[in-house]
Amino acid sequence: MSGFDQGRGSDLLDVHERARFEQLVLPHLDAAFNLARWLLRRREDSEDVTQEAMLRAYRFFRGFHGGDARAWLLQIVRNTCYTWLEKNRPVELMSEFDEELHPQPSVSPESLAIAGDNRERLGRALETLPPRFREVLVLRELEGCSYKEIATITAIPIGTVMSALARARQRLQRALTQPPVEEARREL
Amino acid sequence: MSCDYTHTALHGYLDGELDASRSEEFERHLEGCRECAKALETEESLRSILQRSGLCESAPHSLRKKIRAELDAATSVPIAQRIPLWRWAAVAASIVLVAAISWYAWPGSGSGTRNPAAPPFTAAELIDAHIRSLQPGHLTDVASTDQHTVKPWFLGKLDFSPPVEDLASIGFPLAGGRIDYVAGRPVAALIYQRHQHAINLFVWPVADANDNGPASATREGFNLLHWTCSGMTFWAVSDVNPAALRRFEAEYDLQTNGGSQS
Repeated sequence: MSGFDQGRGSDLLDVHERARFEQLVLPHLDAAFNLARWLLRRREDSEDVTQEAMLRAYRFFRGFHGGDARAWLLQIVRNTCYTWLEKNRPVELMSEFDEELHPQPSVSPESLAIAGDNRERLGRALETLPPRFREVLVLRELEGCSYKEIATITAIPIGTVMSALARARQRLQRALTQPPVEEARREL
Repeated sequence: MSCDYTHTALHGYLDGELDASRSEEFERHLEGCRECAKALETEESLRSILQRSGLCESAPHSLRKKIRAELDAATSVPIAQRIPLWRWAAVAASIVLVAAISWYAWPGSGSGTRNPAAPPFTAAELIDAHIRSLQPGHLTDVASTDQHTVKPWFLGKLDFSPPVEDLASIGFPLAGGRIDYVAGRPVAALIYQRHQHAINLFVWPVADANDNGPASATREGFNLLHWTCSGMTFWAVSDVNPAALRRFEAEYDLQTNGGSQS
């Protein structure tokens, strides 16, 4: 496993450690929830998994020796989400990165702006992306993470963060301007 | 048909992740490549859509509450955080009250006798130290339930070695130790727990071995219990009920004198 040492779960933490956790980690609860919400898509599941991840982070907190607390927490949240997906919705984790980046007719900024004006449509488009594309977009565009942080959180080499983002953005543009067949059928 | 840069450097450029020389190189390329110029415009549009989207979601309040409750359960001495604000106000009022009562006045209410050579400090000072210790992060300097961790911790920090007893079996688990300052000298403070309450046991040596026997008092919800043993003076301060505090004292005394290794 790359990135931070998550430490080892241990006994109860004392009040000093609790205070440090409140100061360093708890402020990133919103980011934690947002990542879980976009990885799992359903709010109730996201709440349960965020709660579990925060408790795990607390148990591992002795293994956190300073540095980027947000990336450390989001790494735990992401791992907890994937474990949950493997157990509960394994299908969603299949058929990923199978698609090479294909040259495609480029989307015009105007048509994107029109399509993206509708929050619900934008959210749905994001949700049609495989989790590994979704997460880099959420981390980069919603959380403002650097490539280095994204590499730490998602356990992908820093050299591939750029191409992962390139593909994710292309997929999202396509999903926004050309609604997938199932969606079109559902709307009929 | 497709420019190589469109799927690589363009994104690094957009994200501000290219170093200065690569960034310059891309800008030079951009001047002559219409495809990249258009793609950059599209990517910037997508970015602004995403950032204006309101897709970012905050953790609901109910989740925040649940998490805090779970953290409480996973924290060993959460006493201080659990005392509601109104009780702190009561505590503050009690300090003012107790401060007005001199040392010479208060032992009379207990079972002990007045000691004319009593040290020049007040009950308020002990209650004060107790309350101060309940502020977040002040309870223990060494947090441990193990007497063999707590006792050696005092070595070299004090000019005496306080007896540290393990009373977990009768419902008073050890939480840790701390150096405090009472009666004009550094003293050992041992922290025991009784359910959600903390007991501060202040210990220091006394020159006069004939110090008075057990004395107890209650002041504004705090109970104080005092005894001496083997040249040391003991003051237990807590908001646990007097009967429980007496049990604590009896067991502590028994273990200190009973040859239990500590």
